[in-house]
Amino acid sequence: MFRKIAFALMVCTLFGMLALPAIAQDEIIYGVVLVGPRNDRGWSQSHFEAGQYVEANNENATMLFFESLNEADTPEATLMDVVTEMVDSGAEVIFTTSASFEQDTNGVAEAFPEVVFINITGSNVLHGDAPFNVGNFNTLMEVPRLLAGCSAALASETGKIGYLGALIDPETRRLAASSYLGARHCWNTYRADMGMDLEFTVTWIGFWFHIPGFTLDPTEVANEFFDNGADVVISGIDTTEAIQVAGRRASEGSRTFAIPYGNAGGCDEAPEACLGVAYYNWGPAYLDVVNSAQDGSWEQSWDWLALDWMDINNPDTSTAGYLRGTGMPEEIAANLDEFQGALADYMSAQDMGVESIYLWEGPLNLQDGTELAAEGEAVPLLDIWFSPQLLEGMIGASE
Amino acid sequence: MLLPVLLSLLLAALLVLAVGREPQEVLEKIWQGAFRNTRSFAGVLNFWIPLTLASVGLFVTFRAGLWNIGIEGQILAGAIFASAGALTFDFPPELAPLQLLLQILLGVLGGMVWAGITGALKIWLGVNEIFGGMALNALAGVWGIYLISGPWYPEGGSAQQSRPFLENALYPPLSRDWPVGLLAIVMTAVAMVLVPLIMARTRWGLQLKATGSNPRSALLLGVPTTRVAMSAFLVCGALAGIAGSYRVMFTYGSFRPLVAGGIGFLGLLVVLLSTMKPLWIPLITFVFSAILAGSTRLRVSLQLDSSLAGVLQGTLVLVFILFQGLRQRLEARRGDQAGDVSQASASSQSGLTG
Repeated sequence: MFRKIAFALMVCTLFGMLALPAIAQDEIIYGVVLVGPRNDRGWSQSHFEAGQYVEANNENATMLFFESLNEADTPEATLMDVVTEMVDSGAEVIFTTSASFEQDTNGVAEAFPEVVFINITGSNVLHGDAPFNVGNFNTLMEVPRLLAGCSAALASETGKIGYLGALIDPETRRLAASSYLGARHCWNTYRADMGMDLEFTVTWIGFWFHIPGFTLDPTEVANEFFDNGADVVISGIDTTEAIQVAGRRASEGSRTFAIPYGNAGGCDEAPEACLGVAYYNWGPAYLDVVNSAQDGSWEQSWDWLALDWMDINNPDTSTAGYLRGTGMPEEIAANLDEFQGALADYMSAQDMGVESIYLWEGPLNLQDGTELAAEGEAVPLLDIWFSPQLLEGMIGASE
Repeated sequence: MLLPVLLSLLLAALLVLAVGREPQEVLEKIWQGAFRNTRSFAGVLNFWIPLTLASVGLFVTFRAGLWNIGIEGQILAGAIFASAGALTFDFPPELAPLQLLLQILLGVLGGMVWAGITGALKIWLGVNEIFGGMALNALAGVWGIYLISGPWYPEGGSAQQSRPFLENALYPPLSRDWPVGLLAIVMTAVAMVLVPLIMARTRWGLQLKATGSNPRSALLLGVPTTRVAMSAFLVCGALAGIAGSYRVMFTYGSFRPLVAGGIGFLGLLVVLLSTMKPLWIPLITFVFSAILAGSTRLRVSLQLDSSLAGVLQGTLVLVFILFQGLRQRLEARRGDQAGDVSQASASSQSGLTG
């Protein structure tokens, strides 16, 4: 009897050992390459959290990450070095999470054709020069930006809004312009009693974050905005200077607000001065890629991902969102609700895929007066993507 | 020499234990990251090349008593000038070596111009080279950012780098398994051997040393100190310029405004550590490069906090400098006891420079 049990046990163990590799095959390792620190309360943290979201929702998935890959923080490592190490550790999918990795992603993808690379927010695939194993995605951050702009206009008592810009390229231009469109609309619709025009000023610091000596100091720029009469500063950079400055001034008794950018936790640094935060929620998109790579169904694409229009803050369905801050004055909530409702109606009416964005409608001119869209005409999506200039009515440099 | 190394390793090991890791595992990952195959070794060399060039250049300016903080700007200026060549020229394949040479020379020129301005400010306008250097570092940085958002903006891309250079604008790699520029290794090797030799054996080297140790008496003794100081800046700028050219023409293959990446500042540390013994420079830079490049693997495979490699290196440097200070004090005390000897050696030294 005993021997029979022992035999059965042995057989079981043997089969178990045979079966193990089969289970292991379904496991997948993916890498996330960050341009900044994983706790920057902005861009990079959102990507890190997206990686964690995949681990939480796919028990066979394991994340590797590398933070602060840029020429200044890690001059000894290139994207190729990092990717080589990740592939060596078993990575089958690698997210390169900065437009600064756009070019290099093509190179590493050629070197590792068996690995799927996703560059965010590049245009490699759109340009048609990407290897077959490269995909791009971005999300319609323009929509949370409309809400940010509207909130700013609703909360402003001075009619002056500052936009703290990063470097100047199509992406940063269209995000600044979206904020402006939201602000202009809400100012003209709900604040006509103020009897003055809205002043929307963009100052570009020169890069995505502060590099002493190289860029303008975002703390100084934010202070200048407030000193010159602005009472809301919208941040368009990776780091959190705008909310810090607004918070400090608010704690000294001034009526100052900021709208941080990038990460859902952006308000935490100064909740009382935070009108809201336009943030990324890449988790669901990451999960799609990892799952499809795991079952072999992944295909190259360039995706400008829609949000969940009816519930933009749903963590499982919406790739970006706008969270209202505790600093938001209560009296503006009703108007913001109305604006958000109209926006959601407009966007969700396009059930065949997004072709135009709310408020990106004529008559609209570029900053130099060139017509972007005539009366009643919507700006085509790719014209927004490749925004060549700021819009007429915005103050600040277009290039 | 051995004691501080052992002590710093011990400290580093305690540190690793403190964050809950096995020191042996950490060391092993760094070792693998640096030396497990030819490609990883090439990664070490790719950082060693610009770091060594910059350090050797700094050795020259230090010898002349100059704090060349502007080295970062000189590397960047070299990178900008070399990139200008890379984005302009497109020679036919048979003339590719000529194009390469021209671009490197442009890089050299860029570094020399930037260093020359710092030197001119110092010599003729009395602007301390530390302040002049800082200003010129910033100027090069702003220029670089302007270039990628303006004239060198890649069509349809994001404003973070120029378009990739064509193949004939790059240092050719040694081979597929050895992705490192042979020509750059040769130039670095020549610099690290030749510069110390020249410094020790030629009149110019002695004038440099005299200017560095006591410019006033050097001047009284007939050393053309301004010309000597300027030449030190120019030599350092030239080497920094080559370093900059390598960053853009090999490591990244396009221009980026942050390519200097603090390599120049790290070079300052290297020269301080070498206690002005130039033969140590390539060794120290090699250890630094191996730790830094190897730690990429450490970070990916153990998912350690990104600052750990930096902390390890910092510990190494700190312990080293502490020991140096201790040794100098000890030697000074011994020197007091044997005053005659040190006096004799001092007089023999002044005889040398005279």
